[in-house]
Amino acid sequence: MSERTDWPLWEVFVRARRGLSHTHAGSLHAPDAEFALRNARDLYTRRGEGVSIWVVPSAAVTASSPDEKDPFFAPAADKPYRHPTFYEIPDGVKHL
Amino acid sequence: MTALAGGAAGGTASAGAGAPGTAGAAGQAPDARTAAFDAAVAAEERIEPRDWMPDAYRATLVRQMAQHAHSEIIGMQPEANWITRAPSLRRKAILMAKVQDEAGHGLYLYSAAETLGTGRDELLDKLHAGRQKYSSIFNYPTLTWADVGAIGWLVDGAAITNQVPLCRCSYGPYARAMVRICKEESFHQRQGFELLMALSKGTPEQHAMAQDAVDRWWWPSLMMFGPPDDESAHSAQSMAWKIKRFSNDELRRRFVDICVPQAEALGLTLPDPDLRWNPDKGENGGHEHGPIDWAEFQAVLKGNGPCNEQRIAQRRAAHEEGAWVRDAAAAYAAKHAAGEHGKAEAA
Repeated sequence: MSERTDWPLWEVFVRARRGLSHTHAGSLHAPDAEFALRNARDLYTRRGEGVSIWVVPSAAVTASSPDEKDPFFAPAADKPYRHPTFYEIPDGVKHL
Repeated sequence: MTALAGGAAGGTASAGAGAPGTAGAAGQAPDARTAAFDAAVAAEERIEPRDWMPDAYRATLVRQMAQHAHSEIIGMQPEANWITRAPSLRRKAILMAKVQDEAGHGLYLYSAAETLGTGRDELLDKLHAGRQKYSSIFNYPTLTWADVGAIGWLVDGAAITNQVPLCRCSYGPYARAMVRICKEESFHQRQGFELLMALSKGTPEQHAMAQDAVDRWWWPSLMMFGPPDDESAHSAQSMAWKIKRFSNDELRRRFVDICVPQAEALGLTLPDPDLRWNPDKGENGGHEHGPIDWAEFQAVLKGNGPCNEQRIAQRRAAHEEGAWVRDAAAAYAAKHAAGEHGKAEAA
């Protein structure tokens, strides 16, 4: 057996059709970006699921902490006035 | 903030383990972490790769996903056996697409397993060394072309019955991989049914070939759901963790009820003299089937099926004979990374 070649991991993002953003589809191993694109095409778009693919080295992604109660997101929780439903509008007023 | 260590496998950002010292689960007391995990599972929330989880939950998932991934790629062999002998270009193209799908399903599952910190290379090594299992169904031979149809109809049908509830599995990356797989499996089952239908309505010899294939694949397909509930080693814990949603016997019962009318539509019989409708079974009635030969199941599982050795030998050979391709691709990537342009001469 040959020496183990641990290919880097890539995250794959697929644009399903024009007008939509690229969405994360999954991940795969490939020796370089060019192969990652080809492998992503074979793995994630066998049935026309995409018109465009991005591949990004997984190691290049920076993530926030996993805890969903993370204080990182706390500033958004106590600002209901950022939502339109916060405001009282009299009945009958239209287009508002 | 931490860089991604593992694969994200069809989900939001994820990594192997949460970095020590970050706020949140990693800093909590063990009891609080367990309580948070249990609460998330109970609330039908998904567990994501960087969440804290019990070691046994992680180990169970790795074992199950690895076995599932191995089944997908070993499952390529019995059908690939017929690609060169498919009776028409149409059937050949369909079969190639199906076998390619199985490879894809294996890759989805290996990358889902990798989010738990166990890489594909390590899992393949364990498969090749016989330390991890794959579904025992793939240790039966494909003796005739009709077997391709029986596998699609029965084996993929049983797999779908098993896999649809896994789309709601508590572990996010596994559930997402299963959603993708289930979408694709539907074609697998329908092509098998259509193939058998063509044979069943063909010449008497073709009809007999279809019946023979169904006769051989029916019982092993029922065994795919695993041992009876009272003998299933991992079932209770997996149900509590919401990895598994329905018991082996429940899924098997559903499968039998689905297959009986389909067999009638095919004009084929199922090889079970005890198979009968029982109006008092369950809420709406159900089929009773004859006893399953669990001694055969255990024997095949232990390595004594018709094709165990052949399947692993072929898998190992494919891996070893493909080494030069992996080496060449790595050399090419290294050469380009070093800034040497021009056409690659594989080392």
